[in-house]
Amino acid sequence: MAINVTRRQFFKLGGAGLASSSLAMMGFAPEPAEASIRQFKLTHAKETRNTCTYCSVGCGILIYSKGDGSKNVEQNVFHIEGDPDHPVSRGSLCPKGAGLLDFVHSKGRLAYPQVREAGSDEWKRISWDEALGRIARHMKDDRDANFVQRNAQGQTVNHWTTTGFLAASGSSNEAGYITHKVVRNLGMVAFDNQARV
Amino acid sequence: MTNHWVDIRNANLILSMGGNSAEAHPVGFRWVTEAIEHNHAELITIDPRFTRTGAVAQDKAFIRTGTDIAFLGGLISYLIETDQIQREYVLNYTDAALIVRPDYGFEDGLFSGYDESTRSYDKQSWMYEMGDDGFVRRDESLSDPRCVYQLLREHYSRYTPDMVSSISGIPVETIQRIWKKIAAMAVPDKTMTILYALGWTQHSIGSQIIRTAAMVQLLLGNMGMPGGGVNALRGHSNIQGLTDLGLLSQLLPGYMTLANAKEQEYRAYIDKRIKQPTVEGQVSYWKNYEKFHVSLMKSWFGEAANEGNNWCFDWLPKLERPLYDILDTFERMSKGELNGYFCQGFNPLASFPDRAKVTRALASLKYLVVMDPLNTETSEFWKNYGEYNDVDPSQIDTEVFRLPTCCFAEDDGSIVNSARWLQWHWAAAPPPGDARPDTRIMGELFLKLKQLYLDEGGVFPDPILNLTWDYKIPAEPKAEELAREYNGRALEDLTDEQGNVTRRAGDQLAGFAELTNDGRTAAGCWIFTGCWTEDGNQMANRDNSDPYGTGNTLGWAWAWPMNRRILYNRASADLQGRPWGANKAFIWWDGKQGAWVGADVPDFPTNSPPSQGQMPFIMQPEGVGHLFAGQSMVDGPFPEHYEPFESPVPQNLLHPGKEKARNNPAARIFDEDREALGKPEEFPHAATTYRLTEHFHFWTKHAELNAIVQPQQFVEIGEALAGEIGIVAGDWVKVSSNRGFIKAVAVVTKRLRPMMIGDKQVHHVGIPLHWGFTGVAKKGYLVNALTPFVGDANTQTPEYKSFTVRVEKA
Repeated sequence: MAINVTRRQFFKLGGAGLASSSLAMMGFAPEPAEASIRQFKLTHAKETRNTCTYCSVGCGILIYSKGDGSKNVEQNVFHIEGDPDHPVSRGSLCPKGAGLLDFVHSKGRLAYPQVREAGSDEWKRISWDEALGRIARHMKDDRDANFVQRNAQGQTVNHWTTTGFLAASGSSNEAGYITHKVVRNLGMVAFDNQARV
Repeated sequence: MTNHWVDIRNANLILSMGGNSAEAHPVGFRWVTEAIEHNHAELITIDPRFTRTGAVAQDKAFIRTGTDIAFLGGLISYLIETDQIQREYVLNYTDAALIVRPDYGFEDGLFSGYDESTRSYDKQSWMYEMGDDGFVRRDESLSDPRCVYQLLREHYSRYTPDMVSSISGIPVETIQRIWKKIAAMAVPDKTMTILYALGWTQHSIGSQIIRTAAMVQLLLGNMGMPGGGVNALRGHSNIQGLTDLGLLSQLLPGYMTLANAKEQEYRAYIDKRIKQPTVEGQVSYWKNYEKFHVSLMKSWFGEAANEGNNWCFDWLPKLERPLYDILDTFERMSKGELNGYFCQGFNPLASFPDRAKVTRALASLKYLVVMDPLNTETSEFWKNYGEYNDVDPSQIDTEVFRLPTCCFAEDDGSIVNSARWLQWHWAAAPPPGDARPDTRIMGELFLKLKQLYLDEGGVFPDPILNLTWDYKIPAEPKAEELAREYNGRALEDLTDEQGNVTRRAGDQLAGFAELTNDGRTAAGCWIFTGCWTEDGNQMANRDNSDPYGTGNTLGWAWAWPMNRRILYNRASADLQGRPWGANKAFIWWDGKQGAWVGADVPDFPTNSPPSQGQMPFIMQPEGVGHLFAGQSMVDGPFPEHYEPFESPVPQNLLHPGKEKARNNPAARIFDEDREALGKPEEFPHAATTYRLTEHFHFWTKHAELNAIVQPQQFVEIGEALAGEIGIVAGDWVKVSSNRGFIKAVAVVTKRLRPMMIGDKQVHHVGIPLHWGFTGVAKKGYLVNALTPFVGDANTQTPEYKSFTVRVEKA
């Protein structure tokens, strides 16, 4: 039994909840179409499994990048699509997820540390070492001046309330964990993430 | 979510309220349409607007923003008065039969113990009554006037259909029709799932709205059931993970809490958190709190944490205020009480209420550090963008550092979706330019600070100098190292009662049952223990098989706790351990094996037979679900409707003339912010903010595709209101609150219709939130210029969903 179906219709069927692999076994495979050119491109790409960075459905994505892994070749992401194996998203992406590639390559991406000095009207590029060094200096000066070991009642509180920290619920657990480990043990209590709002 | 995305397909009825998942979680929403098509489920939406979710719903109601407790409280009364509850479930799996102390009461909109001067309650009377045996008294007949069931009945008897209608604006017939459909889910083999999002959270009564939903689900016997549950559809991709890891002002990882200043003694701190069973024989899993806590301290301080120094109890900061939440912090910041602030992937200038106050606060800082992949508004709060950001840089002395970070495509690690699944991801490419992962930035910053303390000394350096830091490249802790650390490992050989070694020193732990309170184990986040075992990274599992056909794919990623996909799943079986219905079979007691078995990892002691009488809600000291919240909420053991702080309605119709009970009496509001609330005469329109499907907060306006499909800021206005103020579609309108204004294009629509509240006609204005002054979309006004600086009494989550504005032609 051979049924004529375009690649697009085929994916649509898969998306409707039918297992596309078993369909293929029945000879129910898509006709070669224009899309096969892209398929060819993808064959030579590195495929990386990832998760959409926007909402909390956690749709599976496949990121395709160019570059052969050589030491002097940087991978460059050129295509992102839904992961058909993912039990929740089954290959689908919403209008947000469909634009992920433009987020990765956004003109608004920051590439270098910068500082805006007090009263200034512009950014100035600085090195990581200078940026982190100046920030650490600010932190230590403020912590040493304002850390409270005992409060007015004489109770041990060991906290630092004059510097605060907002953590990122778009970042990974590992970034979250090390952030918590560092921030809390400096004594900070004005510490929240987007879950607060 | 107590349940998970795919499980929505098992529902017989779906109540979408306080959320618009077709718009905000479109791919997750496909499981709603799956339930409609293949499980003959019905979808009901309740929202102020005709939404995309409502567009495919079989039934819907339009509700005035902020009145959800009125609707749900009325539903509770209806279920009780018409006796449409899952009686066996309610009697055994909830606290309906437990007796409450005689001094608990509720009068004129206030619970017993209210202190007006502090806007808080003394919660002493909000407790069950203890019998002489040391356990809670109970009345199996549910007839004692002091039992929870009768108190519940009495409390909601005021929520008649007429009362609910006059508060919410929903016609009585619609209310009764929907209540009837929901009540049909009280039979054992049918379930309703409830889907909500920030439309419930972002109110001054937000936590209590969600509690009311949980109470409804307990009465219907829908908790722990496939196709049931109370399901928070969360916002950011890892907002669940950062909550689990405790990055909130009062928390430690795994929902442990910091001590307050009064808690000076380690033992008292622990004993208060070790919850012993209050009903005989119950599990009460928090009784293990000390094991989780000591393992955390060993993870953070290693050898330096020992029994002699109370595992470094005093090294952790103690709280002098109930919360150092963002409202409290920006209040202090606006008064010049903060010097430094970090924004790691967070854009408070756009996200926090009362933008003028936020600007004032940031401008009073000495230093601000922004770590982000994108050029956020916050990082340029000092820069003049005309009317979009009208500031004078020369008058702002804040030093601002902007550090470029990786995005999702550029680092390894795990994130936790709404369903509590930890899914590992892999880096596909290096970041642009000199951008770095957050883990490395935090690592290097910490090492620089530590070096300063080593070189110069300084105040209380102990926790800094002793923080464990055994990463192979100290400045660049790897995701794998950190994941192994929060999972936890044995520090010494662990043995069973016979002395057999069950876990070698140095080995990864397989679950939190292995944790000890004597320093032999370390684990950075006990609820994640089991995610990276001796068998490797469980979060990287990618087997999507579903052997029971329930949509439960245990081999795909790893869910906390212990890879369970539906919380409280013991409640999916009856007292004898049999499924409530053949089509709802999920886990059950297998007498031959002497174990609980089925499609999920039992959320229960695996070998505890039904005859032992342990009840499903193992985190509660009573073993049962709480209809009566006891002392766990700050604003009452039963939810009560109070008006939003800015409301088009001048009084709480449940308590006319009682000024103290107009708004949530236990919600905190600072004097200056109370002054900044608008009066209904001046700001007559009810406003609510929300997302659009093409955008994600303030990120996607930086992505070209999204900027193309939804380029320009607009507000939604009903035809009637447009007629009143003389505008047509496409006109520019100015929307003002007492705190600021925005200008946007008017979308005049049938999707918003006026409602009758008492004798007053109320118009809603819909305000999508995605535009700002950076990015590739057209510039727009940050909508938090409008929103009030007041939050939920329990969580301090700002009231973004209910406030008042005036709309006029621009």
